[in-house]
Amino acid sequence: MIVFSAAILWYTRMARQGKSLFLRKIPGLNAVEEAVGRATEMGRPVLFIPGIQELDEIQTIAGISILGRVAKITAQYETPLMVPVRYPLVLAAGQEVVEQSYIEMGKGDSYDQDMVRYVAGEQFAFTANVNGYMMREKPATNIYMGAFFAESLLLAETGNAAGSIQIAGTAQPEQLPFFIAACDYTLMGEELYAASAYLSHEPVMLGGLKGQDLLKMIITILIIVGVILVSLGFGDTFISWFNAV
Amino acid sequence: MKTLAPVAIAFISGIILVVSFFFNESTTFVGGLSEEILVWVTIVGGFTLLLGVVSITRVNLAAVRARKENWVYRLITLISIFAMAIPSVFPSSWSPLFGRQTGSIYDWLFVTMDMPMMATMFATLSFYIASAAYRAFRARNAEATLLLVTAVLVMLWRVPIGEAFLNLFPGHIPQLINEYVMNGVNLAVQRGIIIGAALGAAAMSLRIILGIERTYMGRG
Repeated sequence: MIVFSAAILWYTRMARQGKSLFLRKIPGLNAVEEAVGRATEMGRPVLFIPGIQELDEIQTIAGISILGRVAKITAQYETPLMVPVRYPLVLAAGQEVVEQSYIEMGKGDSYDQDMVRYVAGEQFAFTANVNGYMMREKPATNIYMGAFFAESLLLAETGNAAGSIQIAGTAQPEQLPFFIAACDYTLMGEELYAASAYLSHEPVMLGGLKGQDLLKMIITILIIVGVILVSLGFGDTFISWFNAV
Repeated sequence: MKTLAPVAIAFISGIILVVSFFFNESTTFVGGLSEEILVWVTIVGGFTLLLGVVSITRVNLAAVRARKENWVYRLITLISIFAMAIPSVFPSSWSPLFGRQTGSIYDWLFVTMDMPMMATMFATLSFYIASAAYRAFRARNAEATLLLVTAVLVMLWRVPIGEAFLNLFPGHIPQLINEYVMNGVNLAVQRGIIIGAALGAAAMSLRIILGIERTYMGRG
């Protein structure tokens, strides 16, 4: 925990000092603006779903953060935006985020609080409502960012049938195969959490990503060392190091 | 103040929850603080339930008044919401139809309408899996062909007739392949994704607690 925090704070400090930090490209995030542009050209709305979990789920917070960025783009292009949510707290947060994005882009008059709407509290009632919306309104772009469960494939396949370009991101390993099969772009695991920092291009937030990558490298090295030691019969010694810590 | 207050609340709450994790919640004051905060979260969440009802009522009522396309279904939605909610609020001592116990209006609507509809939606998942698999498992190149063969082996092993067929092959080779794929390759990849996602979540949580990440509040 201490090493992790120190790494993040170190790279954040480096970013504040103006040092450039390299980040690999994430195709799904680069495609967001293009996808919204497609929706604008076709005169069809953008559908954004920030997951189906409550606001205490970190994936939902990540989804709401990305919603803010997407709302700025839809405000700029004056593209209709629809954000169905499953929980009232997410409704409140989503409305605040979208309104603020529209105000920051100077399009406060275009904001409609019903852009973000509470649909249903039950998982499949929510899914049925969103599927019906997709088949009726035929949104040009569907963005799924957050925690999803069994309804992931229902949503993605219906969006595919409606002819939408789809960008998904979740940290649920069991749902990733469904999104990869049915969506055009998929953000896997940590890419969802990195999306907000990636889209913002703010050095401070990018510094946090670098710190996270450093810790992943340390963990990878420890895994490789552990595999070698266990293979050579020194597994107990290796494990005892961690018990001692 | 409008920006500082939410950041301060996030910082204090986050630090308390992190620190209290290392203390015994039943014997120490610091450990018990996390339980107190979670109770407060539940109370605040209860107030926001009203927001949800207001939102869904306003949207559907406006569509019904304007007689928009499919307004009848929106009217059914509104009737359903209040038909379930209102009888369940009244105490069951007034009438066996009130409350949420067996035999009440709420229970009847839930068992005879809500549950079958949810089961129906879940059941359609099988057809969607078939259509997604048809698109995903096409032998376009070497990797896709390998994916197709592996998926067929794993799926065959999951059904009795497939398992019986594969057992005809000598040496338990299909079983070994299935176990290696599921318990070796698949499990390793899942754990890798989980490690990455956990680190990402921890990093994002740290950014939120320290006030570096404020996009969830609508302030970039």
